[in-house]
Order: sequence, then C-alpha cells, then structure tokens
Amino acid sequence: MEQPVFKLSGVTKVYDTGKVKVRALDGVDLELFPHEIAVLLGPSGSGKSTLLNILGGLDQVTGGQVWFRDTELTGMGDRQLTAYRRDHVGFVFQFYNLVASLTARENVQLVTDVSRDPMTPAEALSLVGLEPRLDHFPAELSGGEQQRVAIARAIAKRPEVLLCDEPTGALDSKTGVQVLEALKTVNEQLGTATIVITHNAMIRKMAHRVLRFQDGRIGSVEVNETRIAPSEIEW
Amino acid sequence: MVMHALDRKLLRDFVRLWAQALAIALVLACGVAALLMSFGMYQAMGDSRDAYYERNRFADIWAPARRAPISLLPEIAAIPGIRSAEARTEGLVTLDLPGREETAVGQIISLPISGETFLNVPILRSGRLPDPDSDAEVAVNEPFAIANGYQAGDSFFANINGTRRELTITGTLLSPEFIYALGPGALMPDKEGFAVIWMPERAVQAAFDMTGAFNSLTIGLYAGAREDEVIDQLDAILERYGTTGAYGRDRQISDSFVSSELDQLWTMTIVLPPIFFGVAAFLVNMVLGRIVALERSEIGLLKALGYSNTAIAMHYQMLAVLTAVVGILVGWAFGAWLAHGLATLYAKFFNFPYLIFRGSWSVYAVSGLIGLASAAFGALRVALRAARLPPAVAMQPPAPPRFRRGIIDRTLARLKLSQPMMMIIRSITRWPIRAASNALGLSMAVAVLGAASFFDDALNKMLDTTFNLANRQDAVLIFAENLPEAALDNLKALPGAMQIEGQLSESVLLRNGHLEKHTALEARRPDADLSRVIGGSGRVMAAPPGGLVLSERLAEQLALKVGDDVEVEFLSGRRETVTLPITGTISQYIGLSAYADFEMLNALRRQAPQISVANLTLNEDEKLAFHKALSQMPVLAGTAMLTDMRRSFEDTIQQNINITATVYVVIAVLITVGVTYNSARIQLSERARELASLRILGFSRGEVSFILVGETMLLAVLAQPFGWLVGFGIAWAFTQGVNSDLYEIPLVISPATFARASLIVLLTALASALIVRRRIDRLDLVAVMKTRE
Ligand SMILES: Nc1ncnc2c1ncn2[C@@H]1O[C@H](COP(=O)(O)OP(=O)(O)OP(=O)(O)O)[C@@H](O)[C@H]1O
Ligand SMILES: [Mg+2]
Repeated sequence: MEQPVFKLSGVTKVYDTGKVKVRALDGVDLELFPHEIAVLLGPSGSGKSTLLNILGGLDQVTGGQVWFRDTELTGMGDRQLTAYRRDHVGFVFQFYNLVASLTARENVQLVTDVSRDPMTPAEALSLVGLEPRLDHFPAELSGGEQQRVAIARAIAKRPEVLLCDEPTGALDSKTGVQVLEALKTVNEQLGTATIVITHNAMIRKMAHRVLRFQDGRIGSVEVNETRIAPSEIEW
Repeated sequence: MVMHALDRKLLRDFVRLWAQALAIALVLACGVAALLMSFGMYQAMGDSRDAYYERNRFADIWAPARRAPISLLPEIAAIPGIRSAEARTEGLVTLDLPGREETAVGQIISLPISGETFLNVPILRSGRLPDPDSDAEVAVNEPFAIANGYQAGDSFFANINGTRRELTITGTLLSPEFIYALGPGALMPDKEGFAVIWMPERAVQAAFDMTGAFNSLTIGLYAGAREDEVIDQLDAILERYGTTGAYGRDRQISDSFVSSELDQLWTMTIVLPPIFFGVAAFLVNMVLGRIVALERSEIGLLKALGYSNTAIAMHYQMLAVLTAVVGILVGWAFGAWLAHGLATLYAKFFNFPYLIFRGSWSVYAVSGLIGLASAAFGALRVALRAARLPPAVAMQPPAPPRFRRGIIDRTLARLKLSQPMMMIIRSITRWPIRAASNALGLSMAVAVLGAASFFDDALNKMLDTTFNLANRQDAVLIFAENLPEAALDNLKALPGAMQIEGQLSESVLLRNGHLEKHTALEARRPDADLSRVIGGSGRVMAAPPGGLVLSERLAEQLALKVGDDVEVEFLSGRRETVTLPITGTISQYIGLSAYADFEMLNALRRQAPQISVANLTLNEDEKLAFHKALSQMPVLAGTAMLTDMRRSFEDTIQQNINITATVYVVIAVLITVGVTYNSARIQLSERARELASLRILGFSRGEVSFILVGETMLLAVLAQPFGWLVGFGIAWAFTQGVNSDLYEIPLVISPATFARASLIVLLTALASALIVRRRIDRLDLVAVMKTRE
C-alpha cells in the first residue's frame, strides 16, 4: 500500500472560550491516502471543520501529531504553515469565498501568482467547465458556477490535497452535481487526494473512503468497492 | 508585465471606495498644503534674509547721535569685537511729490564719498548711483520708485532742513535695512508715501550742517563678539554727543518685523498641519478598520491560499498609501498655489531682492513623507490586525457585537426613549472610542475655523482700540526739534486744521534692577481729546502727575506692577535719571509705550512746556492746501496721515481676512465631510441589515434615516464645545507665537465667531450625512438580507 498523505495520531483540539472548554477533537487517529476521495460525515458540531482546518494548516492542534507525508505539521510555525498551504493544499469552502472585486480568471490568478508550477487560470477553469465565464465577476455567476471557480482556484496550483468544507452545502441538486463532477474530474486527472465534508450522506457513494465522525472522534471508516457517478447521486 | 491579482483587487477596491478615499485624501491634502505653505515660506524667507544679510553685510549695531565728530571713529573702531564701523548722516524730510496731494516722508541716508559702503550695502536695481559731487542727485528705494512710477531722470521736491530742494533720481536701490520699510509714525509700509533717499555724503552734510560730523553709526561685529559690551562702550563714547543709545538688530525696525513674521510662520507650521495629519490618520484607521471587518473571510481565504501575513498587511497598507498619494498630489498643488498667494502677499510688505527657494524640493519631500507616514500610521494597527487574524477564525462570520445593559441603559430605559433613539445611543456607547474620535475630528474642524476667524475679531479689536479710541486725529506732525507749546497757536493757522493738540515724546531707558527697556515716554495735557490713553474696558484715562502709566507688556517685561518704582533715564539733552512710581497699566496692542503727565514731564526736564509732535483733525475739503502748506514748513521731520493709514490698514486687512477666511472655511468643510461622510458610510455598512430589517418591519424611510443621520448629528453637536475650547487654545498659541515688542494680538473671540464656525460645521455634517442617507433609499432589501456578513 502507498504511503499515506496524512497520518494523525491522538489529535485533540480544545477551544477555550473562557467560561467553557469545548473538546472539538477528542483523540483522532486517521490515515488518508493519495489519489483517493474521502468523504467526512457527521452531525453538526462533531468537529469536521476543525479537523479540516488542522489538516490544511489553518489551525493548530492542542495535542497529538499530524504528518503530511514525512513532514510533521504539528509544531510548525506560522511562516512554515503559510508555505505549506501555498505549496501543497487547495481549499474549497461552503460559501465559495470569492473575492468580489476580481473576475473568475483573476480569482484563480490569486493562486497562480504565488505558486511554483501552476496551470494557467484558463486551464484550471476549463477543467471545471467554466471557460465561457472567464471574465465574469462573482456577482455575475450562479452559486454553482461560483463554487466551481473556487474549485478551479483551489486546484490551479496542482495541490497534493484538496480540502472541501461542505462544497455543495449552499447549492441545489443540479448545481451540486456539477460541483461534484468537477471534484471527480480533478481527482481523476490530477490524482489529487480530496477530502470532502458533507451533510449529504448520498455523496459518500462517490468516495473511495467514508469517515464517520462522532463527538470529536472517528466512529467508523468504510472503503467503497464500487463507486457511482455524481450524476447518479440522489439528493 | 501582468498585474498580480492581489494588486488588481487593490486597485478595484480603491476605485470602489473612491468617495471615501477622496474625503480622506482631501483632509490629508490640507495638511500637506498647510505644511508646504507655512514651512516652505518660513524656509524661503529665512534663507533669503540670511543670504541678503550676509552678502550685503547687514549691520549688527546702530548708534544714533545728535552730532559726533568724525574724529571719534578710530577710537570706536578700536573697541574689541568691532570689525567695521561706518559713520553716516541721516535725516527725516518731508517730500512734495509731483502728482501727489499728500505730503510724503523721506529718510535721507548719506552715501560715502568713495561710493563704497561697507555695511548695509544697497543693491543697485536700476540706473546709477548719484555723482558724489552732486548736491541734487539721489538714489531712492525701488518700491517707492515703482509705486510712484518714477524712473531715473525724474525729480521731486524735498524740504531739507527748511529749504525746498529739487532732487533728481539717478537710480533705484534695495537695502537689507529696509526689507520692511516703515515710515515714522506709520503702522504699515506705505510704498508711495515713504522714501528712502540715498544722497552723496557731501551734499547731506552740507544740508544738515554736519560737515566733519556724523549722527548715525553702523557697526559690524566679529563672530563671537559680545554685543551688549560693545553697546555699553559705544554709549559711553557717544554719551556726550547726544546718543539715544546704541541698539542691536532686535530693535532695528525692519529686522524686528521680518523676525516676527518668521515667528508667526513657524507657529503656523507647528500648530496647523498636525491637526490635519491627525484627523487623516484617524479617518484612515476608521475606514480601513471597517474594510478589514468586512473582508474577514477574504483575509482568511488569502491565508488559506498561502499568502503571508506580510503580504496581507501590505495589501491593506497599500490602500492607505494610495489614498495618501492622491492627498499628497492634491496637497502639493493646493500648497503651491497657497504659497504663491502668500509670497505675493508678502511682496506687498517685504522688499527682498530675491527669494531663495533652496529647500523647495525638500519641503515637498518632507510634506509628502509626513503625509504618507500619517496615512500609514493610521493604517498600521488595522493592517496588523488583518495579518494577525487566525485563518480558521477569519473564515467564520464575526460574532455579533455584544451590547451590555449598563447604567446608561437603565437610565435610558427610564427616559422612555423611542426605539430609533435607543439604537443611536446604544451604538455610541457600544463603540465609545470610535464615537469620541469622530466627535474629536469634528471638534478640530470647529477649532480650525474658530481660530482662523479669531484673527478677524482680534484685528478689529486692535484697529478699534488703536484708531477709534486711542488715536482719533487725522494727521500727526513730527517736528525735527522740540518746539515750545506756544507754537501750537501758529499751527492753528494751517489751512484745514480744526483741532490741534501737542504732545511731548521723550526717548527713555526704563530700568528695574537688571531689567531695562528702551521706549518712548509720551506726555499730553490731561484734557487731550485726539490722542488718548485707553485703560482697561476702553476707559479713557490720563496719566496722573507723579507717576507713569505703562503698557501691560512693558510692565511685564520689566517685572513691574502698579505701585512699584521704576528708574527713568532720559536719553536726550541732559541725560538725567529719575525714579517714578507706576500708577497704572494699560493694554496696548501696537508698540510698547510709557505715559506721563505733560506738566510733570516738562518739569522733570526743567523746561517750559515743549512739544515734539502735534495731533490735528482736518477739514477734508482743505486737504490740498494743508499739504501744500506742510511742504513749506521748515521744522517738520515727518507727517503721518492717520485717516489714510486707517483706510489702507482696513483695506489690506479686510482683503487678507477675506482670503484666509475662505481658505479656512474650505478646510473646515473638508475635515467635516471627511469625518461625517466616512462615519456615516461605515454606519450604513454595519447596519445595512438592521436598517433593512426595520424597513421590512414597516418603519418608514424617514424613521430609518433618522437613525443614521441622528447619530452623526448627535455626535456633531456634542463635538462643538470641545471644538470651541481647542479653537481658543489655538488662538492662544498664535497670540503667544507673535507676541513681540512691535505688536500684540489680543485674545478676543466673539461668541459670533464660534457660532458661525459651529453653524458651518453642523450644516456640512448634515449635508454629508444626507448624501449617505440617499443610499438608504436605494437599499435593496432582499439582497441585504440574503448576503452573509
Ligand atoms: N473558534 C471557536 N471557538 C470556540 N469553539 C469553537 C470554535 N470553533 C469551533 N468550535 C466548537 O467546536 C466544535 C466543533 O466545531 P466544528 O466547526 O468543527 O463542527 P462541524 O462538525 O464542522 O459542524 P458543522 O457541521 O455544523 O459545520 C463545536 O462544538 C463548536 O462550537
Ligand atoms: Mg463545519
């Protein structure tokens, strides 16, 4: 078996809000593999986003260790984490987070400006089927289109991992499917390890691996032998 | 080169925010312009003066005498510290200028036979110097020639020592002694009516009966020489020859005015620009703070994409820098225009042969850098906050602001205020620092406007006291020698003369311990009606026999108060010293004088009543004949026409005040717009949801607008009293900055001045808030509710 992209052992995350301490992650042990799509399911507040933020170097653990291939993320300083994000990670968020004052192409360019071996923005956008919308501003795009711009932006640097926090959460089924298609294309063509948080249990059927989250811990891991195409997913 | 996406965002943001950025840029522009103008002028004038003094060897000491033999010169030159001593003859004469009704006054200065002057070397501006052997050729100061349209070859008449002489102009000169050319008894330079006349030495000595003698000495010192010691030795040598005391540059009239103007420019440089820079920095901070709050998720995104903290801090910092660049460019243009205006204004009063703008580029650089620094400083904290925002937190919407139920709330609840009023007050108490800064910005607008208009009040007070209360005569005749008081009867025969009063003026040295001060001691009959001593609250008072009345500043400088004794040394005739008590003090805005009873002063001098000056009122219809008669009068050293002076003073001041008032109104409006427009925009942005909800709940546009405009106006009103206070402080700083021996600016600000300043600021604030209010009408209720903040 291949070396995992991510390896977590005993990861905890405690939010200290003064009055109460929230254990968002409570001892997570996990391995994630290259070329795979992993779907993360779990009730609201179970710690999914927290985990994703830690994997993406956006947040620090309270305890435990996280490895990205041979590198330990836990214990990295802000400067190293910034470099890590820039070089290896792509993010997709529920609310697209496009910069309103930049066009689709320029939003992607935000990434290509700072990465080493990026695709051109046009290439990245064509991968998600958006070449006709290159010069549109976010306000001129539908929600699904905006999310696909966000995906193009995330993958334009050819990242090793793509982290998606409820990418279809704000979309209807038709546009949701378009977004999932885009994720699948990227996974197949670039071999990017993709982690998708979702509340839609049906999406698990397109994943290689399904992780169930419960109260800050991994409840179960299942591996799909057969996967279905996004278009077959019932919403 | 392809532009980076982040830079493109920067430019687009800047363009989108243009109105707010412009409002800030204009405030900053005021700072840059004010600095450019005042500091630039300060430097240019200072440098020009220094170069002029240096190149033309401006004297260090002047020593007047009645008549001293030229043979004293070697002894004087031997005084340690003296580098050069030059003897000359001077005299005041009345002039009869062709084509001019009124008598003019001339100050004759002898030109050495060699034609070479060592000190106060005049610059030949046109024509040639007079022939040393001629007794009818003269050179005159350039401004006088230009004002009267004279050229080389033209001639005019002078009444020299009782003889009417025709003098022919051979050339025009400028001298460092007359940068500010003030005639005797004048309050303001009168280019047409006052001439400096350089005449060959032989001719002057013959005319004034001074062959082999001199009555004026100019001294150049070695660097490091002790001026006071040299002055003491000069006084000792010249005492027998009727000196009224040698003095340094501090008492040289032209230099005093130039120095005092430089002081004023310096005060302006340090008082005004910081206000603008401070307000601009605050505005940058406020606006950028809101942008960063709005762009939390974009900041989080940029971090997730791998942009470094520095890149993000720089991104927001650059927004401030772009704004500053606009402000600086506008400020440079505005400042250059103001500086040009100021230079033109100065050219009316100060005669420099050249103006050195040595530091011109450096002034631009300094003002630009300070402008940039203040914007960057305003942006600093916000940019750092953006950089420090943890990426995971940035992605989440900000927690809603926490409103607490405090004492204020409970009090308010009891007041049973309307909901909109509650919202206004809660918002102010929720962000007290921001509200206070906003109010402070508006206070500054009121302060600047109030302080600027203060000059109007102060000058009115000065003019009123000087011309309407103290000096009500139309003309002043200054005699070359003291005359018996009976001579007044002869003057009554002057055509047009209505009321005539005499006055005795003595040059004295007042002394209290180690403090001493040269001044004029003036005495008039107690019933004098034209020229009067004005005490506190405008009351006419007469100096009682047996003591002196001093101007307050003079008393202050000598550390004297009413009841103290002061030593009075007379500097002319028998140089006796007497001790007299101070019986009163008065506030006098122009000059530093002492007053005595007429009979007492004559008794102290052991003489039958004498006068040195006559004050009179004139019948306007006989003015022509009056001036004709004056030009024939032998005993006259000079005249001052107060009616004309009053008029030209008022004209000049009114003109200047109109200009400055306009400039300051513009400035105050810019500050007000900068503050109110930006804060209203920010409120609107923060409360768009809230206001939209209210609209959906059925509140009318008017009610919703009230919340927005109400908060702005409430803060604006609260800002006023502090603005008055600061304005008063600035006015005070100005009066301190320009308090010289020459004049004092009274610290009077009429309530109307503040009322006007407040009105302008409040109206501007209202207008700015209403402009923002229009956006409420355009509020897209659905869109606002839908977007995530
Ligand atoms: N910055 C924070 N400060 C305090 N508590 C936090 C913070 N972020 C998250 N939490 C808490 O940590 C727990 C896990 O949060 P997390 O966002 O990871 O949940 P989630 O599984 O992503 O939920 P959802 O499906 O609703 O997005 C929650 O109880 C949440 O309240
Ligand atoms: Mg979540």
